[in-house]
Amino acid sequence: MTKAKNDKLVLSLVATGLGFLLGAIVIIGTGKNPFIMLNAMVFGTTGINIAKGIFNARYIGEFFIQAMPIILTGLSVGFAFRTGLFNIGAEGQVLVGGLAATIIGLGVRAPSIVHVPMIILGAMLAGALWGALPGFLKARYNVHEVVVTIMMNYIGLHLNNHIVRNIIGTTDGVKTAVFPKTAMLSSEFLAGVTNGSRLNWGIVPTVLAVFVFWFLIEKTTFGFGLRAVGFNKEGARYAGMKVERNVMTSMAIAGAFAGLAGAVMAIGTFGFGRTLPAAEGYGFDGIAVALVGGNAAFGIMLSGLLFGMLKAAAPLMQSAGIPKEIGSIIQASIVVFVAMKYGLEKLLVLMGRKSREPVEGSAV
Amino acid sequence: MKYRVLLLALLVPALVMFGCQKSEPAPVAKAFTVGLVTDVGGIDDKSFNQGTWEGVVKFAADYGLVKDKDVKYLQSSAEQDYVPNLSTFADEKLDIIIAPGFLFESAMREVALKYTEQKFLIIDMVVTTADGAMIPNIANAVFAEHEGSFLVGVAAGLKAKADGKNTLGFIGGVKFALIEKFQAGFEQGVKAVFPEAKILVDYADSFIDAAKGQALAQKQYNAGAYIIFHAAGATGNGMIKEAKERQEKGQVVWGIGVDKDQYADGVYGTAGKSAVLTSMMKRVDVAAYDVAKAAKDGTFPGGQVLMFNLKNKGVGIPNENPNLSADIVAKVNEYAAKIGSGEIVVSEIPAQ
Repeated sequence: MTKAKNDKLVLSLVATGLGFLLGAIVIIGTGKNPFIMLNAMVFGTTGINIAKGIFNARYIGEFFIQAMPIILTGLSVGFAFRTGLFNIGAEGQVLVGGLAATIIGLGVRAPSIVHVPMIILGAMLAGALWGALPGFLKARYNVHEVVVTIMMNYIGLHLNNHIVRNIIGTTDGVKTAVFPKTAMLSSEFLAGVTNGSRLNWGIVPTVLAVFVFWFLIEKTTFGFGLRAVGFNKEGARYAGMKVERNVMTSMAIAGAFAGLAGAVMAIGTFGFGRTLPAAEGYGFDGIAVALVGGNAAFGIMLSGLLFGMLKAAAPLMQSAGIPKEIGSIIQASIVVFVAMKYGLEKLLVLMGRKSREPVEGSAV
Repeated sequence: MKYRVLLLALLVPALVMFGCQKSEPAPVAKAFTVGLVTDVGGIDDKSFNQGTWEGVVKFAADYGLVKDKDVKYLQSSAEQDYVPNLSTFADEKLDIIIAPGFLFESAMREVALKYTEQKFLIIDMVVTTADGAMIPNIANAVFAEHEGSFLVGVAAGLKAKADGKNTLGFIGGVKFALIEKFQAGFEQGVKAVFPEAKILVDYADSFIDAAKGQALAQKQYNAGAYIIFHAAGATGNGMIKEAKERQEKGQVVWGIGVDKDQYADGVYGTAGKSAVLTSMMKRVDVAAYDVAKAAKDGTFPGGQVLMFNLKNKGVGIPNENPNLSADIVAKVNEYAAKIGSGEIVVSEIPAQ
């Protein structure tokens, strides 16, 4: 591992530790026992309840259900960020991905082996288009992608609601008919081993997406070009790279990751198309996940799992009398600590100096 | 050295947490337990979730149960939390698990069919299997919203007529059958006493967007609406806010609350006056209370549909209506009796 990567990892871990510490302090401040939080985190991810000595594998499955969409939106935000773009639009890209999944899920009759890949690719394409448009506006007219992607979130939300309600049709005003079995990612095997959780084959495309992110960004010339634009746009232009094209492609790929999240939720978690009163926050969670994950593939996977753990532990903490907002406080403070990178690094150096000084003299 | 810092950062919280671990006293005779799972609106939505929780809290008070221990709630952050939240309570084997709102339909079906030993109550919806069969461990509470809305329509119509106004308004959350029942009842109530009245109808497309509710209220009040009835959850709070602001500026306009008695939400200024004329109360608290009690007494109405209407006081207007004259209240009660006896049948479907 290179030193820079190592530093990033240490930084994220320290920020995480501090976030949990702050959460524990808040819990103590409200007169509750912070062990409940620890127990909920362990129970929510491993299914092992230390306090009661019971094991329930359902919690493992639900933990992955919580983590999958935010890993994917994290990849989406992270990918754009590597090209120097801030994709606030993962939320809308998730929604249009889900919408495409719903349309193909209900509109096409095909065996599972064709139907599922069709839905996944369709959703990714929809997300990619939703991301490419702000990318195009940025590249061609230099319209800031933050503004456009935020607006695209609302367009995505209302487009989804309109199409589901008025074109596809709902059974009760809020959701569509159930998808045919061939469209579903659900698996009796995975549900079986996790005591009937909603765990499904969505983990396969999710893990694949992590590898694709890593491979594209770290191992290809194409990815190098994208990163070069992120490091220094004018420098990349001077070096003969097509900056505009890279900006658009990067946003499209980012959108595809988020669109995949929409598909995984539609045909994995729910099994029907939905109308939503408001955005559910997967895109914004994705920003936090990408930031804490250092915009690197495996970092994003780990931080996605971390935030998934906070979400999975929420009902367990609430049931034990700790409000769900504690989870949000921890999540937010981790992000703040990561954002305080400079201060934390200073602190780490100060703390490390005492032990470093004698070593430095002899080793270097 | 970095690893030392790292270790410290991870160890300290863990130690703090373990350090605080107390040995819990051994549980004595197991108390009756109630769990409520809220939708994304949250426990303090001044509407549906909160109303149901108040019923649970009253039940706890009447039967000496401890709040946050014997009776407790889980708030959902997103739709995908419904299944795990219901399942968490089912795993804890709570005696009755309540979910308010038809948004829980598929989650409730899935969880209830899996945890057949647990008892569930769904409010506002009848949950059946995919084949349409009743599920024996779910009690279904539904309300005759159109009947209650008819009464506030009568009140609004009479009030407008008395004050020489002819335009009224309705703001719905999202346009689907359930909310259209409110609209239908309101329209019929108004027309029963004030046939010439004009009723403006708008849907906000959201139950949680107070800003949108306020914008729609502005539009309707500007178009001459004198009284607006909302069936829009937290969106409607924006309507009440707008009515308050206008009353404070001296413009007399009214709002009608929904689900709970929203009189207190409409209080403005220092004189303690409220801009809320009356409220169409949907006694989700009564439903939660009654079914919890039945479950405790061993008469849980599993697989049944419980209808809460005017007759059994499941819907209606509050007992206290400081903004309504005695004449109007008397007239409203007259209509309530007629609906209760079946003399007037209120349609669930709006005219237009």
